[in-house]
Amino acid sequence: MAKQITVSGLDAYYGSHKAIEDVSMTIEPASITAFIGPSGCGKSTFLRTLNRMHEVIPGARVQGKVMLDGQDLYAGDIEPVSVRRMIGMVFQRPNPFPTMSIYENVAAGLRLNGRQAKSKTDDVVERSLRGANLWNEVKDRLNKPGAGLSGGQQQRLCIARAIAVQPDVLLMDEPCSALDPISTLAIEDLMVELKSEFTIVIVTHNMQQAARVSDRTAFFNLAGQGQPGKVIEMDETSRIFTNPSEKATEDYITGRFG
Amino acid sequence: MAAIAVFLVVEAVPALRVNKGDFFSEVIWDPNGTQTFGIAALAFGTVISSLLALVMALPVAVGVALFISHYAPRRLAGLLGYVIDLLAAVPSVVYGLWGVVFLVPFITGPWKFLNEYLGWIPLFAGDSVAGRSVLTASVILAVMILPIIAAISREVFLQVPRSHEEAALALGATRWEMIRMAVLPFGRPGVISAAMLGLGRAMGETIAVALVLPATFGISFQILTAQGNSIAANIANGFGEATPIGRGALIASGLVLFAITLVVNIAARLVIARRKEFSGAAA
Repeated sequence: MAKQITVSGLDAYYGSHKAIEDVSMTIEPASITAFIGPSGCGKSTFLRTLNRMHEVIPGARVQGKVMLDGQDLYAGDIEPVSVRRMIGMVFQRPNPFPTMSIYENVAAGLRLNGRQAKSKTDDVVERSLRGANLWNEVKDRLNKPGAGLSGGQQQRLCIARAIAVQPDVLLMDEPCSALDPISTLAIEDLMVELKSEFTIVIVTHNMQQAARVSDRTAFFNLAGQGQPGKVIEMDETSRIFTNPSEKATEDYITGRFG
Repeated sequence: MAAIAVFLVVEAVPALRVNKGDFFSEVIWDPNGTQTFGIAALAFGTVISSLLALVMALPVAVGVALFISHYAPRRLAGLLGYVIDLLAAVPSVVYGLWGVVFLVPFITGPWKFLNEYLGWIPLFAGDSVAGRSVLTASVILAVMILPIIAAISREVFLQVPRSHEEAALALGATRWEMIRMAVLPFGRPGVISAAMLGLGRAMGETIAVALVLPATFGISFQILTAQGNSIAANIANGFGEATPIGRGALIASGLVLFAITLVVNIAARLVIARRKEFSGAAA
């Protein structure tokens, strides 16, 4: 079930360096939200705070509140592990497990929840691969290594792996930046199909991509080198790209900087 | 290599020709007197002591390596890694002396305990339980090969790409699940290689084993009793006072040790090659 994320007053640190400051926003359920902004502005860092992946980096920590449909993800009694099962993630470079077959990759998350009946796992693997528009391409070679697929197929395999555990939210950190335009288009189509079931958040450097797929867009920027990143503006995607209310946003999307 | 092999074969053949026993099945080793000798007991002793050592050392070594690579705080990990590297460089005679002076007297008690309460397991059975037994030699060998296996395994575990670990964590894996999902499968070929290197060192180990084992001849699975020998220890014990025939016989036993090592290495390579396409080399 797609759920809503509400963030209020969030700061994220790497050691003593503050990477993002005072981010507050609401991410609507069953829609695609895009984060854009120049490199180093903290959009990937912010994305990783949403499923508590930020804190796996030594010295990294977070202050502030992230609520998933009213549940505080940073509450003391919440395990990061359970947060990550509710909020799946797809990374910049496709990272299927090289030691596993295509089938095992998709089933990897299920295995964490204990052994399942083979037939049930088979069903989930097929449904996830169909969901990721990959089934027809790989159904005859499910036992071949996942690393043998093309880059675009590997990324769709990673999406299948992420949706197999039925998360509420799917985070995507520049999922197409390592892919060719055809593969990118396939992933964009897939995102639009998936948004009815999942709340999707995507970080992208490609502004056309944000304009094509997202419903809402947040523009991140930083005041200068070494300064923390902030959200400058968040609005309907059509508004951000046609009539932004902030000058900095307009400068960025029209290519005057960044 | 080929020249060495040819030399060894040439040296060994005269002794093998006068051998009155069957070289591969005879358990007696008396080339100097009755000229009857066989490799069976020695090869058995070598294989069983080394295998036991590997069985004891491997899980501990992998555990230590994982602790250093994925659990310990950075400073402790650095210190431990340094200690492990240092231990791997200790000469084997030091381990042998430690075994004779400290371990043999110390371990007699525990072995008697094992014999008394677990004596119904054939391995722990027997009457003359003593500190100078095959299991003691195996413990020393295990302590000796543990740092090597741990040091290599740690290097392999540190090579696991961060992106694979993050993939596992993002699926909601705990640290241990992440290790089982991403680290161990990726490190498997490296750990197998490390284990084979350790096994090879254990099989070739001379002084530590020669100091501990009473150098008897015979094939027995009673690893707690005062008996046992190995090819390398036997060469060290016997080479000095050997007749030309005796020397040839010892060289022949060395060739057998070489063959065993070769077989072990080939087996390890086959195990690794069987899963080659899943090795991650292509990613």
